Amino acid sequence: MKKFIITVVGHDTVGIIAKVCTYLAGIQVNILDISQTIVDGYFNMMMIVDAGKVEDMTKMSEELTKLGEEIGVIIRCQHEDIFNMMHRV
Amino acid sequence: MINIQEVLETNKMIDQENLDVRTITLGISLLDCIDSDLEILKKKIYEKITATAKDLVSTGQAIEAQFGIPIVNKRISVTPIALVGSAACRSAEDYVELAKVLDDAARTVGVNFLGGFSALVSKGMTKSDKLLMQAIPRALAVTERVCSSVNLGSTKTGIDMDAVKLMGEIIKETAEYTKEQDSLGCAKLVVFCNAPDDNPFMAGAFHGVTEKDAVINVGVSGPGVVKTALSEVRGENFEVLCETIKKTAFKITRVGQLVAQEASKRLGIPFGIIDLSLAPTPAIGDSVAEILEEIGLEYAGAPGTTAALALLNDQVKKGGVMASSYVGGLSGAFIPVSEDQGMIDAVQAGALTLEKLEAMTCVCSVGLDMIAIPGDTSPAAISGIIADEMAIGMVNQKTTAVRVIPVIGKKVGDMVEFGGLLGYAPVMPVNPYSCEAFINRGGRIPAPIHSFKN
Repeated sequence: MKKFIITVVGHDTVGIIAKVCTYLAGIQVNILDISQTIVDGYFNMMMIVDAGKVEDMTKMSEELTKLGEEIGVIIRCQHEDIFNMMHRV
Repeated sequence: MINIQEVLETNKMIDQENLDVRTITLGISLLDCIDSDLEILKKKIYEKITATAKDLVSTGQAIEAQFGIPIVNKRISVTPIALVGSAACRSAEDYVELAKVLDDAARTVGVNFLGGFSALVSKGMTKSDKLLMQAIPRALAVTERVCSSVNLGSTKTGIDMDAVKLMGEIIKETAEYTKEQDSLGCAKLVVFCNAPDDNPFMAGAFHGVTEKDAVINVGVSGPGVVKTALSEVRGENFEVLCETIKKTAFKITRVGQLVAQEASKRLGIPFGIIDLSLAPTPAIGDSVAEILEEIGLEYAGAPGTTAALALLNDQVKKGGVMASSYVGGLSGAFIPVSEDQGMIDAVQAGALTLEKLEAMTCVCSVGLDMIAIPGDTSPAAISGIIADEMAIGMVNQKTTAVRVIPVIGKKVGDMVEFGGLLGYAPVMPVNPYSCEAFINRGGRIPAPIHSFKN
C-alpha cells in the first residue's frame, strides 16, 4: 500500500469532491478516508488514498494540481511520511 | 492515523511560513583523483563529480514532488582542493584551472554552488595551500558556482596568524577582482576556526578527509516557523518560550531527516548528517532577527540580544537532536546580515553594529556572516576582524567564521545588492584604529590551555 494524503483548499463550490474522486477512480486510486473542515472561511478537505497501482506519482501530483486550477482550488498530493515524521515520535 | 489538523499545520508551515529543506549537499571525495599531471587531474575531477552527482538534481526534484516540500538548493562539496591539487599544481594559475573544472562540473550536473576550493591551514601552510589561497581572487572572479573556504585555526592547534594575515589580503584582492559586481566574489569566500568536515551550507562546505567516498548531508531551515510558533506564546515565561522553540525545531528537523533518508535511498549514497540550522533568507518572515524580536527585543542588537540568541541556538539544538539519527555540520542559528531582512532593518535603524554581531557570534552557530564593510578597509583591519573571530572559536571550542565583503567604491551607509539568496546589505562601519603591528608579528597563536584534554 502506498498511502498519500490529498488536500484540497479553497472556496466551497459544487462538485469539488466529485471531480477529484472521478479523477482518482480513473487511475485506480482507492480512497481510504475523507475528512473536511472550514478554516478561516476556507473549505479544507483531506483524503487518505492508496496509490499502490500508480506508477508515476509525479504525473499524478501534477495532474491533481492542474485539476485544482480548473476547479479554482489548491490541490496537493503528498506522501503520508512527511506527516508521520513530523507529528509522530 | 494522521488527522486533518496535523496535515493543515504542516502545509501551513510550507505555504505561509517558508518551511523548506535548504539544501541537499552531496559530498564527494576527490582523493582518488590525485595525479601529478594537471591535465589528467582535471579530467579525473570532472568525470568523478559528473558521474557521482548525475542524478542529484532530478532526485531532489522527485523528492520535492513526493512530499510536497521545497528543496531549495542541490549542491556539491568536494575534498579541499589544496590537497587534491598538491601533486599537480605548480602555480596559482594551475589552481585557477582546477576552479574552472569544478565550475564546469557544477554547471553540467545543474547544482547552483560547489564548495571545496579550500585549504586547511590551522597550524601552518604547505606550499600548495599557499598557492591555492593566492589563486582564490582570480578563481572566484572567473567562475560562477565555485565557493571557497580556508580553515585558519582550531582549539587543538591554535591560530595560524601568517594565514590570517594572508587571508586579509586575499579577501581584499577578491573584492578588487569582482568590483564590477559589488565585490560579489567575497560572498563566496569564508574563513573558519574549527571548520566541521560535514557542513552542507555554502560558502563553507567541503568534503572532509575523514568522510566516506560520497555522502549526503542535508541542511534544514525554517526561521519563519519558529517565529510563528513564538507569536502564539507572547508574554509567557522562559520555560514556555524554550519548550515552544524545542518542539518546533523537532518538527522542522524531522522533515530534514525524512528528505535525507529518501535522498540517500534513491541515490544509493550513505546519509551523513542533518545540519539543523535556522538559515534565514531575504524573504519577509524568513528571518532569525524577527525571532529575536518575537522573543522580546525591539531590534536585533538591542541589549539582551546575545542572551536571546544563546537560548534560541541551544533550544534549536535540543529539539533537533532527538529528531535526527545524526546531527552535525554547523547546527544552530545563522546570523547573516544581507540574507536576513530583520538584520538589515536593525543595521539601518542603528541598532546593530559590527561589535554587537561579534558578541552574538560567541553564542550563534557560526560567525560574522555576509557583512558589507567599506571598500577602503585595509587588509590588516580585515585580518584583525578575522583574528578576533578565530579567537572566539578557539577559546570557546566552537565553529566560528568570517565572511565580510569590503565593497570596493562603497562607503558606510551605501546599499549593496548581491542578488538572490545572498540578498542586500547596508555598508557597516569598521573601527578605524590600526592593528597593523599586531597582524605583522607573524607566526601562530598557541592552542589554549583547555585544549589539552588528553
